[in-house]
Amino acid sequence: MASENLPVTFFNENFGIRSNDLDKVLDSALGKKADYADLYFEYRRNEGVGLEEGMVKSCSQSTANGVGVRVLADTKTGYAYTDDITIENLEIAARTAQYIAQNRSGQAPAPVGQPRGEGRDLYPIKTPVNDIALEKKVELLYEIDRFARGLDPRVKNVFVSLGSEYKVILVATSEGLVVGDIQPLTRLNVSCIAEEGENRQIGSYGGGGRVEFGFFVDNQDYQRYAREAVRQAILNLGAIDAPAGSMDVVLGAGWPGILLHEAIGHGLEGDFNRKKTSAFSDRIGQRVASELCTVVDDGTIPSRRGSINVDDEGTPTNRTVLIEKGVLRGYLQDKLNAGLMKMPLTGNGRRESYAHIPMPRMTNTFMLAGESAPEDILRSVKKGLYAVSFGGGQVDITSGKFVFSASEAYLIENGKATQPVRGATLIGNGPDVLTRVSMVGSDLKLDEGVGTCGKDGQSVPVGVGLPTIKIDGLTVGGTKA
Amino acid sequence: MERLELSQELGREILAMAKAKGASQGDVVMAESQSFFVTARMGEVEKISQAGEKRLGLRLFFGNSSGSASTSDISKKSIEKLVDDTTRIAKVTAQDPHGGLPEDAELARDLPDLDLSDETARGISVDEKIHIALDAENSALAYDSRISNSEGAEFSNQFGRVIYASSQGFSGEYSGSTFGHSVAPVAKQNGTMQRDYWYSSNRKFAKLESPRSVGEKAAQRVLRRLGARKVKTCAVPVVFDPEMAASLLRNLASALSGYALYKGASFLTGKLGTRIGSGLLTVIDDGTIPGALGSRPFDGEGLPMRKKIVVDQGELQSYLLDSYSGRKLGMKSTGNASRSVGDAPGVAPANFYLEAGKDSPEAIIGSVKSGLYVTEMIGFGVNMVTGDFSRGAAGLWIENGELAYPVEEITVAGNLKEMFQNIEMAGSDLEMRGRIASPTIKIERMTIAGE
Repeated sequence: MASENLPVTFFNENFGIRSNDLDKVLDSALGKKADYADLYFEYRRNEGVGLEEGMVKSCSQSTANGVGVRVLADTKTGYAYTDDITIENLEIAARTAQYIAQNRSGQAPAPVGQPRGEGRDLYPIKTPVNDIALEKKVELLYEIDRFARGLDPRVKNVFVSLGSEYKVILVATSEGLVVGDIQPLTRLNVSCIAEEGENRQIGSYGGGGRVEFGFFVDNQDYQRYAREAVRQAILNLGAIDAPAGSMDVVLGAGWPGILLHEAIGHGLEGDFNRKKTSAFSDRIGQRVASELCTVVDDGTIPSRRGSINVDDEGTPTNRTVLIEKGVLRGYLQDKLNAGLMKMPLTGNGRRESYAHIPMPRMTNTFMLAGESAPEDILRSVKKGLYAVSFGGGQVDITSGKFVFSASEAYLIENGKATQPVRGATLIGNGPDVLTRVSMVGSDLKLDEGVGTCGKDGQSVPVGVGLPTIKIDGLTVGGTKA
Repeated sequence: MERLELSQELGREILAMAKAKGASQGDVVMAESQSFFVTARMGEVEKISQAGEKRLGLRLFFGNSSGSASTSDISKKSIEKLVDDTTRIAKVTAQDPHGGLPEDAELARDLPDLDLSDETARGISVDEKIHIALDAENSALAYDSRISNSEGAEFSNQFGRVIYASSQGFSGEYSGSTFGHSVAPVAKQNGTMQRDYWYSSNRKFAKLESPRSVGEKAAQRVLRRLGARKVKTCAVPVVFDPEMAASLLRNLASALSGYALYKGASFLTGKLGTRIGSGLLTVIDDGTIPGALGSRPFDGEGLPMRKKIVVDQGELQSYLLDSYSGRKLGMKSTGNASRSVGDAPGVAPANFYLEAGKDSPEAIIGSVKSGLYVTEMIGFGVNMVTGDFSRGAAGLWIENGELAYPVEEITVAGNLKEMFQNIEMAGSDLEMRGRIASPTIKIERMTIAGE
């Protein structure tokens, strides 16, 4: 693929890093006792433009580059990084990372085979959004502000932000792999505050991915974001307090897939399962969901926010079946944990930046479509909650308890969505919640491209997806007991 | 490319270059740090990481429009590019009549020595740090046979230096250190697992809690969660332990941020001078406490940090402002400008705490006939615009004034506006464990959703 050689040239030209230098540093890092070493070079440009109160007030740009040196010796990881990419600093970092292998005990695990990805580029981009003239982006933000304010006189303030990143990475390993990638990423977000007397509500919507500027403007998608943000804020002006207690819950298609991310995705990451601290530990082959549920993690969907050509250890990304017709099939792995668990690599070794050690992380996590018509799913509920949009979520991996907070939800009364209700948090138990999925819709949708996942202090972009589903009995955390 | 040393002089040189390009005002923020962490798990070292970083950020004004840029490449060539980029960026933003640096008269003059760095601790060996993590985890694992697994223990430290220079002629710098360690044991009983953690952090190495004390506290916290169950949906009094009460104060600080206020994105917009809490709500923000985690000799715009009563017995006395959000609200900065390299200022509390009350935590729990003692909350169910609050919770059920049994998979919900009004008791157990701290508090009534 085109992006495989460009990063090699890039770091050679800009930082004078040659391939025989890489070998030398990797040799020092490996020393006599370590099992594996790798180098992760990163160059990153970020740009953010923000509008509020009808003005593009802020614009900022940052450039960062650095390199991380990692050494593995059985379960141990030594890591050192520097933001000053020189051969001398690489040598110092390599010796620091080597420290970990000095007092090792036990036998080395079998080295993991390295699958080579066939040439592919999931996000071929001619002009990164970072390189589009700033004036054009500023103009777009003003256009969105005018458009959103024009939709309803109750809209009192509009916030728009456009953030873009251009990242070049290069991974070199002691197994002889040298692979790079160029990873552009953009996100456009629109929020607005609607006011009616003393009542003030907020609505937010956005989207993006590893896309060009045209993604937002060619089909006026930005208008859709603005309309959705305004609609949500206005809707919440008339919302009533959310109910409290256990009830049937219908989740709408798309972004509510955050349920999968929190309830099962994290619990299936290899590190927690190797350490047996996950509520899903030792449960491969067991039933953890109803037969209607098949859940995958797929880092190979073109242009998606959660997709990458290779993970941050150089492994090509994959489509991994996590749950097949209700049965737990697989974990998400990075090199360290796959090696120790003697399981295949899945291309899920990710990190926030050169300053971070890779971990098993999700990419795009979603449930495959079922057969029910979405209308029939709603119609089947006598009394319950219909949640179509969410803020963030969180999970306690060990107890399996997860939450996610609705930003747009309705009461279901006699098979119909009726009153909108104010934000409520939904709480459940990961290993149990999917066993109570009694209907799965035919309307699988992936989210718009806004997700960021945090784990152990590291943020990475991810995606989720879901068809409309019905869960029999989930606790809704409103105030109306 | 030769890497330059960060210094106040370099900051002044950069501002002079920008002035030559026509910038009317500007400021430079530089930061460098050396950081280290080690994690240990099940008696063995798991990860060690060591690093050094430098960053330089520039903000420029051309009249009332502004832009910012930053780089980690501290070379002459890169700095020239940074000035050009910032100039280009600053020219496309709007003329904002409220933009600009603070008034000269507001700038800090005598920079206090707040004893923020522990230079003597630079010499602590990697082995000693490893032992702290190993000992903390060991104490947790040895505490009870039901604790047979662990997410590990961590020791970390950071030495940092911040330099600030502005075109008004202000320049200053300070160094600070932080040390921390934590442990997260896992306990098992009847086929279910629970995890909890405990930590200690301080600017002084010697003031950290002992590894043993942190390990044992973590063990006690995880053990009391074993056997947790759901409860029936109800409305009852809720007691927040100091860590969870501090998280409510974090929500209060966000609602008092000048940026949220002028945007109308806070449930406290327009509430200055009014009653926002019960008589027990007295909140202080103090950036001048020697050795404290949130203290600094000057804020992100070169203004002096100060001590102020934010809420006095329920009455809102002060917002948290920098000069921009202050101007937007027709007020002066409160010295709460926070800065990350390469961004315009934001607002953050310094050392922000609820004043201790007179009741012991036992007396507070003792006052509840049937209710919830919250020791953990998860999720992001807080709406700052409306104050609506709904978060996942775990803790202990209180029956007849005693902690009776652990509970989980429930939510605790209400509205922050009412929650602060309904603080019925505040504990005597205030301890500055972090920048934001609170004693135990009791809120008269909230909705618990469960079965």
